[in-house]
Amino acid sequence: MLEYLLSFLILGGAAFTFIGSLGLARLEDFYTRLHGPTKATTLGVGSLLIASALYFSTRGEGMSLHEVLVTLFLFITAPVSAHLLAKAALHLKLPSLAAVPEDNPPAHPVGNSPGPGPHKRA
Amino acid sequence: MRRLLPHPLLAPILALIWLLLNNSAAPGHILLGLLLGWFIPWFTLRFWPERVRLRRPLTLLRFIAVVLYDIVLANLIVARRILGRPAALRPAFVRVPLELKSDLAISLLANTICLTPGTVSAQLTPDRSCLLVHGLHVPDAEALVTSIKQRYEAPLKEVFESC
Repeated sequence: MLEYLLSFLILGGAAFTFIGSLGLARLEDFYTRLHGPTKATTLGVGSLLIASALYFSTRGEGMSLHEVLVTLFLFITAPVSAHLLAKAALHLKLPSLAAVPEDNPPAHPVGNSPGPGPHKRA
Repeated sequence: MRRLLPHPLLAPILALIWLLLNNSAAPGHILLGLLLGWFIPWFTLRFWPERVRLRRPLTLLRFIAVVLYDIVLANLIVARRILGRPAALRPAFVRVPLELKSDLAISLLANTICLTPGTVSAQLTPDRSCLLVHGLHVPDAEALVTSIKQRYEAPLKEVFESC
């Protein structure tokens, strides 16, 4: 019985992770691609970790809760990296399917931005 | 008291993380964990200028439950969108006006928005009045802003900023 549950969790997790990476290939611009791998995978990795915790906890060597930590660190780091990628993309003005708001204030004062070379300063 | 134990909440959390890292609850590890929980916040005091205060722990628990539920639900939705026709997607940038003031609450809100699939927080305006959010499929921008404000911002405001 437990084995069925575990295999269900592992296969389900693998399927979600796969769909997340598929998004990288199928979606069309940088911003929408960001959604697939950073997030469709949270559920995928989540169910893989639940399966791991269940398996090692029921092998008779006591509880195994390492996996909670993996989830915690994943939940802290994944959104930060997604946010930074999106921010970098905005800064570089990558082509986007969605209209980028024009009045978007620059993240840094204009003087500091590594913009077009010295000829502009003269 | 403040100098000896600058972040009372951080100590038990760090101790718990230590126990999870070691996968054990032996008395020695509990003691070492508490010691680390006291020492690390003291050692890194300069990096944590703000003192964190939780005002409504129950609201925080409910918030975590709502977020977990949303993650599961929204994962299914995003998976279906990826498998469907990509041309049918309506991605959009949406501005979310912020009412939160504290650093921690704003970063938690931005993290939550990134965690719930379908939205990525892209930029915070320098004056912290507005968060730019990119949505994978946004048929109705108003509805997205209202749901972010009601589901995530309101409880965070209650927990970290209610006066």
